Amino acid sequence: MSKFKKKKSGDLPAISTASLPDIVFMLLFFFMVVTVMRDTSIKVKNRLPYADEVEKLEKKDLIMYIYAGEPSERYQSVAGTEARIQLNDKYASLKDIKQFVFEERQDTREELKQALIAGLKVDKETNMGLVSDIKTELREAEALKITYITRKGEALKNLE
Amino acid sequence: MARRSAPEVNAGSMADIAFLLLIFFLVTTTIETDSGINRKLPPIQDEQDPPPLKERNIFIVLINSNGDLLVEDEPMDLKNLKQAAIQFLDNGGGKGDEACNYCRGAKDPSSSDNPVKAVISLQNNRLTKYSDYIAVQNELVAAYNELRDREAKRLFGVTFQEMEKAFKSENYAGDKDKLKERIQQIKDMYPQKLSEAEPKRTSS
Repeated sequence: MSKFKKKKSGDLPAISTASLPDIVFMLLFFFMVVTVMRDTSIKVKNRLPYADEVEKLEKKDLIMYIYAGEPSERYQSVAGTEARIQLNDKYASLKDIKQFVFEERQDTREELKQALIAGLKVDKETNMGLVSDIKTELREAEALKITYITRKGEALKNLE
Repeated sequence: MARRSAPEVNAGSMADIAFLLLIFFLVTTTIETDSGINRKLPPIQDEQDPPPLKERNIFIVLINSNGDLLVEDEPMDLKNLKQAAIQFLDNGGGKGDEACNYCRGAKDPSSSDNPVKAVISLQNNRLTKYSDYIAVQNELVAAYNELRDREAKRLFGVTFQEMEKAFKSENYAGDKDKLKERIQQIKDMYPQKLSEAEPKRTSS
């Protein structure tokens, strides 16, 4: 009996919170590692046009990003003001697109190769001539699925 | 004085600090999802005999370098393009085999026979601005979507966009094969036939 009483009367021991920071830090590091801020630094102006009939692009790893537009101001002294294409991290010429597509294909698993989409991030001031040239190159490389990446908004905003 | 031992640092607030950081990272990192207009490019082939198309089944949209539209040889505002495209696609002026029993258009004999045959040809020159081009693409896709929504609502009671959304979602309760069939059926009724010709060399 006396044993019983002893237990009841004893103070509740304080739960040690010393390991809580460790747990939270673990979470913190997880999020810091997992969230990718930006994979490529964009060297061209990238003001995307507006559109509202858009579809979300779900599988990000299956998108080959092709940037095009005028070089950003800090690169203009080197690259000029003529609209350029950017693949991965550097400026590229039209001929590099095919090579780029093939490389991307090689990095993709066999069963997903058909699902690769070329995502065109083109500045709104770019002339269609360049875009058409890119499209022709993509057709020749047999990358036929493309998507014009846009911002969400009314199409009439483009005319401003 | 000399005896004073170093006091133990209270680690209790460490958790708060870490939480603060955690919340900061959770809030600031937006996993941005891009969205865009999906298109399919035509494969390269030697175009020896392009399929014969009747004049009335082609809807020509021309964009010049100033962003002005010329639709079927008449200047037009971007605002009205969607309606004009719908009128053209939904005209259903065909007779006999080419009749369209679900169209609600004017049945104008000088416009398209059937949405299945109707082709929108988008032409631009090399100096057309990309944003103008996207704006026009957007309006034309909107026209298709509106017609598809209408038919999907009539046949299945949901809009086409809801059907596609349901098809993509993982936890769709119903029969996916059936849904796929229905989506295809709507797509067949109003196929997106948007031809993007090579830009004209001459600035017209």
